[in-house]
Amino acid sequence: MATIIVIYGLLAVCLIISLIKSKEKTKKAFRIAGKALLKMTPSLLAIIGIVGLTLGVLTPETISKLVGAEAGVAATAVAAVIGSITLIPSLIAFPLAGSLLRSGATIMTMSVFITTSVMVGVVTAPMEIKALGVKFTLLRNGLGLLAAFAIAGIMGVLL
Amino acid sequence: MIKALKKFKITILVALCFVPLAIWLPDIAKKSSLVTLDYFKEMIIIMPPVFILMGLMESWVPKDKIKKWLGDGSGIKGMGISFLLGTLPTGPLYVAFPIAGTLLKSGARVHNMVIFLGAWAALKIPQLMVEVKFLGIGFTSLRFVLTVIALILEGALIEAIIRRNPSKNK
Repeated sequence: MATIIVIYGLLAVCLIISLIKSKEKTKKAFRIAGKALLKMTPSLLAIIGIVGLTLGVLTPETISKLVGAEAGVAATAVAAVIGSITLIPSLIAFPLAGSLLRSGATIMTMSVFITTSVMVGVVTAPMEIKALGVKFTLLRNGLGLLAAFAIAGIMGVLL
Repeated sequence: MIKALKKFKITILVALCFVPLAIWLPDIAKKSSLVTLDYFKEMIIIMPPVFILMGLMESWVPKDKIKKWLGDGSGIKGMGISFLLGTLPTGPLYVAFPIAGTLLKSGARVHNMVIFLGAWAALKIPQLMVEVKFLGIGFTSLRFVLTVIALILEGALIEAIIRRNPSKNK
């Protein structure tokens, strides 16, 4: 809700200023926006479909089973895979990680899970490629995965 | 027609995944459809204003300004601006991709865009407050510091690699 207010508020202010200053440039802005939106639409639709599919299969209960205390050493790797693929909203990811931590999952596993779920996005890659290029996307996600393990390793030692 | 189909190839492929699911695992199919619908609603509300804002930025803000703020010579100040832009409370990561794309085209450096996207994804202020609540201040602050360091290193590395071979990025 806050997000929507911020974005629409910002849009209203900018649009009014833009219209007062120049109708021509405002029109141009809409043309640019329309073109970009059309270009992005197919990948946007694909992304929400994939997000739906993964979240339908990977419910919080399933994730708990896969990366919880019983999952052992493999849990960290599994957490990285799940975190990388899915686009779990942080409002779900944090409480889930918190409860897993209390039920015996390791700090390292939870850190990998959170860092990969926010920094690495296989699902959103098609859209990232469209906007920023293949190389940028591969590097950002690949290095993000490595960084997630490094961060988790350090956190596991320190905490 | 064929061109349009080609454009929607991944979309159609994803839609087709729902068919066997609906037949053999109707429960999961139902749940997936509900989640998809939720995200669809969110996207329809958030994406149009974001793209219009991008359009306004492209038609009003001169490229040399963006270059000055976020480009090659912007140094630590550029990183700071990218970081602050990323932490603003403005929605999911897929919103940030077109923004970063536009900024990159207008002369922002790769390093800063990596920081911007990383901050957007991992270091949002409302998100951090939720994290503190569920995982504690120790976990959150350590993850915050390590992520900032990782992003700065990552950005430098990605920029260096893309610079060495710029043609292949498109």
